[in-house]
Amino acid sequence: MTKAGWRGLLGATGKARPGQLSVGFAVPAILVGLVFTLGPVIVIGVFSFLSQPETGGGVVYQFSPEAYRHFLLQEDFLGNTHLDLRYLRSFGLSAFQALATTAVCIGLAFPIALWMTTKTPRAQNFLVLVVTIPFWTNLLVRTYAWILLLSDKGTVNSVLEVIGLEPRQLLYNSGATLVGLIYTFLPFAILPIYSALAGFDFALAEAAYDLGARKLGVVRRVIWPAASGGVMSAIALCFVPAFGSFVQPVLLGGGKVMMVGNLIAAQYGEARNWPFGAALSVIILALTLLGAFALLRWAKRSSQKVSLAI
Amino acid sequence: MAVPRREAGLCVTGAYKTFRSAEGGEVHALYDVSLDIELGEFYVLLGPSGCGKTTLLRAIAGLEPLDGGEIYLGADRIDQLAPYKRPVNTVFQSYALFPHLSVWENIAFGLRMEKMPKPAIAARVEEMLALVQLSEVPGRRPSQLSGGQQQRVALARALAKQPQVLLLDEPLSALDLKLRRGMQGELKRIQRETGITFVFVTHDQEEALSMGDRIAVFTDGRPAQIGTPKDIYERPVSRFVADFIGETNFVETELRPPPDALTAVVGGVEIEVSAARGAVAAGPATLAIRPENITLTSPDASELGGRLVELTYMGTDLRCVVELADGHRLRVRVPPPFGGTHLAPGGAVGVRIAPGLAKVVSES
Repeated sequence: MTKAGWRGLLGATGKARPGQLSVGFAVPAILVGLVFTLGPVIVIGVFSFLSQPETGGGVVYQFSPEAYRHFLLQEDFLGNTHLDLRYLRSFGLSAFQALATTAVCIGLAFPIALWMTTKTPRAQNFLVLVVTIPFWTNLLVRTYAWILLLSDKGTVNSVLEVIGLEPRQLLYNSGATLVGLIYTFLPFAILPIYSALAGFDFALAEAAYDLGARKLGVVRRVIWPAASGGVMSAIALCFVPAFGSFVQPVLLGGGKVMMVGNLIAAQYGEARNWPFGAALSVIILALTLLGAFALLRWAKRSSQKVSLAI
Repeated sequence: MAVPRREAGLCVTGAYKTFRSAEGGEVHALYDVSLDIELGEFYVLLGPSGCGKTTLLRAIAGLEPLDGGEIYLGADRIDQLAPYKRPVNTVFQSYALFPHLSVWENIAFGLRMEKMPKPAIAARVEEMLALVQLSEVPGRRPSQLSGGQQQRVALARALAKQPQVLLLDEPLSALDLKLRRGMQGELKRIQRETGITFVFVTHDQEEALSMGDRIAVFTDGRPAQIGTPKDIYERPVSRFVADFIGETNFVETELRPPPDALTAVVGGVEIEVSAARGAVAAGPATLAIRPENITLTSPDASELGGRLVELTYMGTDLRCVVELADGHRLRVRVPPPFGGTHLAPGGAVGVRIAPGLAKVVSES
């Protein structure tokens, strides 16, 4: 590159204002983003329309909509096609688990976030730190910790024994999966709601009291509307990843709970049906984008700030 | 303790409120405050920031519990009631309009809380919009309004509940000067039209003088003086009141026992003075003299003489500083035609203090 070219890249030619870097510096990040984020999505999209080889995994480069047909339809030995609800059921289970996770997380996060905003700025910083501590540790490790808590001879059963109650099977069912999901996604609910409420002007609450509202009325009519943008973000940040969760159903559900994430993993593993796994991923992606689109439209209509990332 | 007056408007007796400061010390926001605010009165709580006036307002609204004392509205004791049970509403300093609601919904908020029937709410909101001259913008959000309009919405929202007492916490402090003047007149008009008792907190002495039927001048958590604007301005009881309201010269002097009139010596000359609080003992005292009660003459026309130290042209008048023989400096306001002719900095002038208008004030 010429000397002038380098100067241009550094923003020293007078075109860029001082302190402003030229677009050249963003190129590596943009490249990484394109290749490693968009790239796999394109690969998945292409794979979903390819054919399955006779044996083993991988794909055959030959167009086929078979993977999408396979999602809803099943062909029996006589060649009749009929509706197959097995995969939809897996979607239903995922939706139910994700919905329950989201509802419980929001229900727990709202009062926690509101309580946090009433503290001094120092205390608030500390509490935000506490909420983000789980992010510092590997999810797998944290999920194994739940196995220690819930196993037959685990902490919870030991406590039950001490207080004279029958130990029970807590692990390897959908309840344990749900507990793991709620635990994982609670911070993702607290943080956006907290940040929506952090700037809340408590004079508004006083004004509502003054105008005749009681405690619940103040929460419902003044605080909740202020938090609703954050609540919407929290719903998106909990529901979407919970829907596609993989680790919790495997470790805490003991493989008996087949959520969409596990279904997809199985297609690349035991089932050796890569195109079908890719098609399932594309379906989830499409549903997610649809949801995000609806959320952003709602945000625009109600002039609320909704963030789809932390 | 004062017995609450049955027919009276708002009565505060022996109110105490102590806050703990960040350093652990105690701050008396209210220290034995007793006030009688009459029905339909425009009552101003005036004082510098931190004097307790806002705390008192919040205590009346029920947003701040008192440590001691009682508040009565007519015959009813209200200081134990929850805010939503008090027939009292507040216009907040920051307006505190609900950002997610329209102007119309903001005004209707309190009425909905009362579970008033919908047609009655609509009628009341329309009436309020007309009262504050906002009928054109009922659908806008607060963020789409100017400061003056937001102020009107806050006023309409509080008045919609038809409170017995309206509390206003420095409602005009965020407006620019011209708008503030307009709103001052507006508030007076609305108060006259509705007949509601207004309790108005401000730190602006001009605002207090021009608006209040009565003023309570607060300092250190208690009223230093309560009276009509004329009382407060013309007969301040203490140095603090005289200093806080208007411009004042303070002169340390010696009071003479009155054979016929109360007199004091200023600049070596005996002048007639008066005291706001009845008889005052002879001895050292502080005089408060308003600049407009002093006139300048030619040096030989007055017994009391001085030297002109400063002269500032202000358009409507000349602001002068005169140094007396005893070293006291007096600020004087002189109409310009007079000053234009003889006054020059450094020159000798005669000083005449209007008899009886130099006031003896207490030091506290």
